[in-house]
Amino acid sequence: MEWASQLCENRHIGSKMTDSKYFTTTKKGEIFELKAELNSDKKEKKKEAVKKVIASMTVGKDVSALFPDVVNCMQTDNLELKKLVYLYLMNYAKSQPDMAIMAVNTFVKDCEDPNPLIRALAVRTMGCIRVDKITEYLCEPLRKCLKDEDPYVRKTAAVCVAKLHDINAQLVEDQGFLDTLKDLISDSNPMVVANAVAALSEIAESHPNSNLLDLNPQSINKLLTALNECTEWGQIFILDCLANYTPRDDRESQSICERVTPRLSHANSAVVLSAVKVLMKFMEMLPKDLDYYGTLLKKLAPPLVTLLSAEPELQYVALRNINLIVQKRPEILKHEMKVFFVKYNDPIYVKLEKLDIMIRLASQANIAQVLAELKEYATEVDVDFVRKAVRAIGRCAIKVEQSAERCVSTLLDLIQTKVNYVVQEAIVVIKDIFRKYPNKYESVIATLCENLDSLDEPEARAAMIWIVGEYAERIDNADELLESFLEGFHDESTQVQLQLLTAIVKLFLKKPTETQELVQQVLSLATQDSDNPDLRDRGYIYWRLLSTDPVAAKEVVLAEKPLISEETDLIEPTLLEELICHIGTLASVYHKPPSAFVEGSRGVQHRRLPARAGSGESSESPDVGQPVGAVPDTPPAVIPSQGDLLGDLLNLDLAPPTSSAPTVTPSMQMGAMDLLGGGLDSLMGDESETLGGDIAGSPAMGAGLASAPVVMPASLGAPVSSGLDDLFDLGGGVGMPTGAFVVPKTIWLPAMKAKGLEISGTFARRAGVIQMELSLTNKAMSVMTDFAIQFNRNSFGLAPAGPLQVLTPLSPNQTTEISLPLSNVGPVMKMEPLNNLQVAVKNNIDVFYFSCQYPISILFVEEGKMERQVFLATWKDIPNDNETQYQIKDCHLNSDAATTRLQSSNIFTIAKRTVEGQDMLYQSIKLTNGIWVLVELRVQTGSPNYMLSVKCRAPEVAQLVYQCYEMVLKN
Amino acid sequence: MIGGLFIYNHKGEVLISRVYRDDIGRNAVDAFRVNVIHARQQVRSPVTNIARTSFFHVKRANIWLAAVTKQNVNAAMVFEFLYKMCDVMTAYFGKISEENIKNNFVLIYELLDEILDFGYPQNSETGALKTFITQQGIKGQHQTKEEQSQITSQVTGQIGWRREGIKYRRNELFLDVLESVNLLMSPQGQVLSAHVSGRVVMKSYLSGMPECKFGMNDKIVIDKQGKGGTTDEAGKSELGGSSGKQSIAIDDCTFHQCVRLSKFDSERSISFIPPDGEYELMRYRTTKDIILPFRVIPLVREVGRTKLEVKVVIKSNFKPSLLAQKIEVRIPTPLNTSGVQVICMKGKAKYKASENAIVWKIKRMAGMKESQISAEIELLPTNDKKKWARPPISMNFEVPFAPSGLKVRYLKVFESKLNYSDHDVIKWVRYIGRSGIYETRC
Repeated sequence: MEWASQLCENRHIGSKMTDSKYFTTTKKGEIFELKAELNSDKKEKKKEAVKKVIASMTVGKDVSALFPDVVNCMQTDNLELKKLVYLYLMNYAKSQPDMAIMAVNTFVKDCEDPNPLIRALAVRTMGCIRVDKITEYLCEPLRKCLKDEDPYVRKTAAVCVAKLHDINAQLVEDQGFLDTLKDLISDSNPMVVANAVAALSEIAESHPNSNLLDLNPQSINKLLTALNECTEWGQIFILDCLANYTPRDDRESQSICERVTPRLSHANSAVVLSAVKVLMKFMEMLPKDLDYYGTLLKKLAPPLVTLLSAEPELQYVALRNINLIVQKRPEILKHEMKVFFVKYNDPIYVKLEKLDIMIRLASQANIAQVLAELKEYATEVDVDFVRKAVRAIGRCAIKVEQSAERCVSTLLDLIQTKVNYVVQEAIVVIKDIFRKYPNKYESVIATLCENLDSLDEPEARAAMIWIVGEYAERIDNADELLESFLEGFHDESTQVQLQLLTAIVKLFLKKPTETQELVQQVLSLATQDSDNPDLRDRGYIYWRLLSTDPVAAKEVVLAEKPLISEETDLIEPTLLEELICHIGTLASVYHKPPSAFVEGSRGVQHRRLPARAGSGESSESPDVGQPVGAVPDTPPAVIPSQGDLLGDLLNLDLAPPTSSAPTVTPSMQMGAMDLLGGGLDSLMGDESETLGGDIAGSPAMGAGLASAPVVMPASLGAPVSSGLDDLFDLGGGVGMPTGAFVVPKTIWLPAMKAKGLEISGTFARRAGVIQMELSLTNKAMSVMTDFAIQFNRNSFGLAPAGPLQVLTPLSPNQTTEISLPLSNVGPVMKMEPLNNLQVAVKNNIDVFYFSCQYPISILFVEEGKMERQVFLATWKDIPNDNETQYQIKDCHLNSDAATTRLQSSNIFTIAKRTVEGQDMLYQSIKLTNGIWVLVELRVQTGSPNYMLSVKCRAPEVAQLVYQCYEMVLKN
Repeated sequence: MIGGLFIYNHKGEVLISRVYRDDIGRNAVDAFRVNVIHARQQVRSPVTNIARTSFFHVKRANIWLAAVTKQNVNAAMVFEFLYKMCDVMTAYFGKISEENIKNNFVLIYELLDEILDFGYPQNSETGALKTFITQQGIKGQHQTKEEQSQITSQVTGQIGWRREGIKYRRNELFLDVLESVNLLMSPQGQVLSAHVSGRVVMKSYLSGMPECKFGMNDKIVIDKQGKGGTTDEAGKSELGGSSGKQSIAIDDCTFHQCVRLSKFDSERSISFIPPDGEYELMRYRTTKDIILPFRVIPLVREVGRTKLEVKVVIKSNFKPSLLAQKIEVRIPTPLNTSGVQVICMKGKAKYKASENAIVWKIKRMAGMKESQISAEIELLPTNDKKKWARPPISMNFEVPFAPSGLKVRYLKVFESKLNYSDHDVIKWVRYIGRSGIYETRC
């Protein structure tokens, strides 16, 4: 009754005012009532009931029980009711697949309806019902709709192909829909073209290598024509698709650019950004001396600035993109500083982004204005914003030398405010300023020291300690200050501890007499009482250094520091290139490649900018042509330093060799010491550099994470480069008869460094014996004789099993090949990286030292096949924390081929399981020192990527095992 | 592409939820509520990533609109779409409020089904949508075949924003040049940044499929025409306030999708077939030679720790014959203000404790005049070490001219098929300059 009266009311008010009541019913037995209403004879009542059902569905109630009743309402000529029923179907069909079949007939019938709107509605909805049985019936109607006379139906059908592909890709291919879809790119209606492009682009993403879109000059021309005619959204689809195209030459590139530039005046920001993406990418191909290149650069600035008057959310997207564009092509916006000034009412996310860009654009020409602005910002309310502003002032000082003095005085003013976080931030940046301009602004140290007590953030404390240590000779009570920090040494963060250790050592080297006690205290705190391996390592190095050679210590610790870079937070160039190809998208907002946040294979292919035309130009930007895939390969050399773990491990598993170590003959030990002494230079050289790196990286320690991996390999690179090279230059390996893979020889010791002796070599395991294969070349003028070789202690106790047999004297320009068998019973010491080997080679001229890295596969013993039962038990026994996973990309072997190949390198497959098209191989490896490594290798048929899970009681070896797999599988 | 779209009220209750993609589960609705709407700290970005799912949101009054995706979508497009959706909803049922959304939820679902297909935005021009998505929901049945194909060709066609067969007895069009002038000035009166962002809004009531051409005093066009300046001489004094600038330099402009962009790019002429009714023809931005209608001269003096003396002078800088309206000056006061005494020569001034500001309102003010306010602010002594941030003094006003100096030179209408000519069309042009963010630091 209540309903009837309400309905009467509806008639008067008009139905639009009444829908909200559907949200309010929450009675018990509601479902039952609804059921009755749905089966009512009265059309109005039916419709009302369906509305209620939809309302319940929206708020999350389960109304799936009404499925048959709702589907019964489908047969109606009331379009509104039909749409409601369809909406319900889309939501619940999946949970009731059998019932959903009931709807098929109506769909098929609707697809034949004379009204194009109904035909389109049917095909659109059908595509959203993800039930296998229904998709079968969808094919015929879809085929008809793709060729429908009405463009509205065709544009809907085009999207439907993408839907169907998402449900059943194979079906779409088998039915030939892809070809029909391709034909639609030539359709007369621009919207059909746009939707077809969108659908094809999406499908192409899941088939990275297929040439689905088949972009060629003709099809590009069609797209560019449609671009002028279709809706704003269609323009976006087309531009995004164009961005994937690589023009044949610079002329084609220019002509596309010319036809895309008018889009920069579109009211829709997304159209503008997508056009910018196309231009930024294709510009890469234009010769820089071309007039058009300059014109294009000029044309880009105004639309980018205009984006800043859009709504705040779009401004944010625009600013994130501008940040990338400014890094790639600073010239575009260099005169537009003012538009990035922060407005008082900007949302915080816009403010922070603007500030970022301001720092990037700061230059001598505009620094006065920028500083005045930053000073204003430093007094605002939002803590993050203020911090960033303070930091920005410091960045300006480092970037523009002329402004340094003004920046420092501004910072001092800010310190005077005594606002805690402002002071801390200021101290952090002042440290960087000291780094950049040594011995210039020390007068402010006194002011800084006044604020010592208020510093409670690790970064600020570390910065302050660094300053005290660095200028210890000018601060009278430096020892007292540092001592005061030492009291709570163990409560400090690692960053502060490391800094404190270094600062006190510096102090000691500067004022040795008064501070001996202090330095001993800190060294013992760092080495004996600390669990942190980094701290301990550094402590030991200092200790040894100080006790053996104080002069050398001075040279190392107080060495001149490398220059600190002017730009910070720069995105690594290859990533930047990729992000430029993703302008406007989420990737450009997150500043991360799509693979970092998109699941599955979709969109994970790397994009890169095209190379510039003309040979002379390409050398200008060497990074352009480099395959992006190479990036993740660079840093794996760093092994997590869990020294104690490995120590344990060595003690446990290597009892005989370790106990024998102390009994090595005196001469042997001398040799080892010698080696260490000689090797120390290079070791310390790189240590001091990493120390420097520590400090250099700190200007924006927030970004330290991003910069660290880039800095580290560079500083480590010099001393171990040859070793690294041989790990990574794996291309074109020569397969040995035994099948085990051997890395080609690389140069370990260049002739330049060894008075004419050049040593190249590699490692191999042949018939159970580890061989070091050496080529000695005499590049000097005189004959070389009396060769001998020794190894430093190393992680797996490798040692020469016999003397180095060079039978005849080596005359100038002669090369001799030697195979040196190695044993694994030598003295053991953990190396960094684990597989590092330091070698001394002597001849009649001198002793030479070098280090190299061996592939861990030479340590895989022949009896490494574990019993199934034992394997299972061991796998369970090893804690999950010790499991490490890796992905091996682009490997095209099937699981059987992989098994055979791995077997030849003593990696034994124990069991194989196939689950849902995925082969799981369980494999075991035994190392020479008795460590077992268990591996699960997952091979997905049809996918070039393998998943590797390594489980071992000594997790340090996992990385090396992974490298070994990479090497064996890919060669 | 967009995987789903949700609308919430301020409490985080779902009003509308439409999922387009299989990778978006029901829990996404809750994830956004918990992590964004109910988040303890206000979310600091309009894009949030929760468990590999990205949420884009915009807020209209108390209503949250969120688009969800798991893919690398075009982020700019998603926001443009959300704005567009707000426009469409407003055009259908007025203000976006919880009540209106609940009242129209069936309509909204119908719209969402039409304008977003599998997450791809489709034609979302209200003009076109209203021809076949109606609140009655019955139109579909009574259409003739011709009507139906007319609808579909309009929705998908090249001129998706206008339908055929529009007829008016009186052909009329209204052109509004609406500008907002933005300023940031230092306490010493130095212009730190100033720009005008303007819009040309057109209301057209024209029959048939008229071809229009719009002309303004764009520097590039005027310079191209050579000595065009002499003919414009007469119009110089027509435009009040502006100091007789003949042409203006436009930094950048964007156009409604009806404007032929390639023609603008090559000839810099603005030609189009207009939508019916009201729409925004273009947006533009200028930074050079802006007429700043008002100048604010602040003077703040701290008298001891508990008193502040503020004096603010405003000067109007345009032709004396013109009147500025709705003038409002907002002078911020410290948080620890205990009392304020205000004296002003003109208008009314009030201290609003809830807004931490003195608000000074003047109804009208002619050009080349000045006015002054002085205030004494009593402060409570506090221990707060942090100094008062002194937010800038902001101003609001409306003036009857375009601060950029933009002038409409012509708007020609051609409709060859129907028998009316450019002369028969009644045209109205109006200029309104409003304050955008008009701030002076003190």
